[in-house]
Amino acid sequence: MFNKDSWQEIFETISKNKLRTFLSGFTVALGIFIFVILFGFGNGLKNSFQEFFMDDATNVIRVFPGRTSKPYQGFESGRAIEFRNDDLAAIKDNFRFQVQYITPRITRNTTVKYKNNSNNYGLRAVAPAHAAAEKTIMMKGRFINQLDVINKTKYAVIGRLVEIDLFESEDALEKFVNIGNRSYKVVGVFQDDGGDNEERFVYIPYTTNQLVEKNTDKLDQLIIGFNPAIGYEGSLLFEEKLLRFLKEKHHVKPSDPKAINSRNIADQMNKNQQFGTALQWIVTFVGLGTLIAGVIGISNIMVFVVKERTKELGVRKAIGATPRAVTLMILQESIFITTAAGYIGLFTGIFILKTLGTSLAEDYFIKNPYISIGTAIFATITLIFFGAIAGYVPARKAARIKPIEALRSK
Amino acid sequence: MIKIKGLHKSYRIGKNSLHVLKGINFNVEEGEMVAIMGSSGSGKSTLLNIIGMLDVADEGEYTLDNIEIKDLDETKAAKYRNRFLGFIFQSFNLINYKTALENVELPLYYQKVPRKERQEKATQYLAKVGLTDWIKHLPSELSGGQKQRVAIARAMAAEPKVLLADEPTGALDSTTSNEVMQLIQEINDEGKTILVVTHENDIANMCKRIVQLKDGVIIEDKIVEQVRALAHV
Repeated sequence: MFNKDSWQEIFETISKNKLRTFLSGFTVALGIFIFVILFGFGNGLKNSFQEFFMDDATNVIRVFPGRTSKPYQGFESGRAIEFRNDDLAAIKDNFRFQVQYITPRITRNTTVKYKNNSNNYGLRAVAPAHAAAEKTIMMKGRFINQLDVINKTKYAVIGRLVEIDLFESEDALEKFVNIGNRSYKVVGVFQDDGGDNEERFVYIPYTTNQLVEKNTDKLDQLIIGFNPAIGYEGSLLFEEKLLRFLKEKHHVKPSDPKAINSRNIADQMNKNQQFGTALQWIVTFVGLGTLIAGVIGISNIMVFVVKERTKELGVRKAIGATPRAVTLMILQESIFITTAAGYIGLFTGIFILKTLGTSLAEDYFIKNPYISIGTAIFATITLIFFGAIAGYVPARKAARIKPIEALRSK
Repeated sequence: MIKIKGLHKSYRIGKNSLHVLKGINFNVEEGEMVAIMGSSGSGKSTLLNIIGMLDVADEGEYTLDNIEIKDLDETKAAKYRNRFLGFIFQSFNLINYKTALENVELPLYYQKVPRKERQEKATQYLAKVGLTDWIKHLPSELSGGQKQRVAIARAMAAEPKVLLADEPTGALDSTTSNEVMQLIQEINDEGKTILVVTHENDIANMCKRIVQLKDGVIIEDKIVEQVRALAHV
């Protein structure tokens, strides 16, 4: 089957029947191309999806103070709950095993000035652990550290876009910015995968903010990173216990739904992952559908090609081609064409996916579409395999026709 | 060279069976040039197809060059055809996307002759039919007579024992017909056994023997004085 002569014969046939070669090759190339593009887009959607939900750490529970809605222990309803510094220590002490880290987050809106530039930004007064909860990435300098918290330093860490807005081309590090009419030294610049909004924040030590705000010890929300070892179920249990603990400490009726709220990122994650899995199934289904359509396309073309060549095959048989030689010739041709075209489609598709990159991310939520080489090669081999079968059946049939009948056919 | 005894062949057409050959007995010696004549439906093409192993008989014996031809499967038939027989068809049956040279090479390809030798031989045979200047041309670029000469070269290239021609001049005008018949006569002069199916008396008279078929039986078998095709020009 693989001698040089028969290949030469096949190349001649292929190169002299360009339209036929093009048509069957085109079907295969198109099939693979569409498969790669669709599958890649599906993966791109998943990428965007993951980015929406996964730019923060996933082992995080947030606790927000609210107002009581039920009277309890002599307190009227409608009382505002406020977390204080001692809550941080109390949580750490009571949930030693579950808590990996804890940070408050006091959120303010503030004007930040540098030289002649000023703008409004979100100010977050936090503890060092906040960087872990938000997956903040330091571009230069450092994040708020424990010494800053203890010493209530006037240090600030600014977002990448804050630096661009205010400092233009200057380096912000070690410069002094004016935040709410007080001077802070910039000790770090960060970036965040969560998008532009996440990079327009300014971080300062929470103790510094408390000092500025008349030396209070109030905290807004608490962000608690739980030990991943407790797992998803463990985190739900921990969340429940934590709420019960805080309600008791703040004299809130255990059944009061509004006084203290919490959000478990792990719980959201779980739902999101289910959505992601559904997305994966849709992508796989669309991909398989495309492949099947491709296989049917090749089968049709192969039947047509063999029919068109019936007379030629009759001539070949009359002058001495054995049925085996005829079958092998058609098979080799179809495998060669589908393989070559399959790889053209494969690489065109991959190339286009690579070129697209993030260009569709803004409008269509398709970011960095890709297809794993394994999937792509599997798809190509599937098409080649079914192309061969599709070619083999009519080829064998043609090889069996008596040459006299084949010669009579028009 | 060819020995045929008690050959029968029927075709099924719907529910009816059409008895086409009703017991043919017929021998051809080496070097003969035999015309098989008869009106359409007489069974002459069927006989040629059976001799050419393009079709199989229902009954009877057929010996070709002392080899008994029976129990033919397609593979065996293909090999015998390739080794023993050369075909010339009315409609030429050249492969339209192959050049004259490649068409002539094809039987040699199936004989597994190496490429270089194949090309040399094919060129030689094309020269013999006077087409040296046309070897690179496609069939569509050739006239009817030239196409038939390519087909003759192709039939000869395999160096068969017997050349079978089914209405070789059926699609040609009389001048071209004469040229083609002249070529076939020359091939016969070199000792090749040739069978020609025709319904034209002119063509039949250019052979050395005429076998008349009617309704599936041989009604006449006579040796004739060969008319040289050249004489007509």
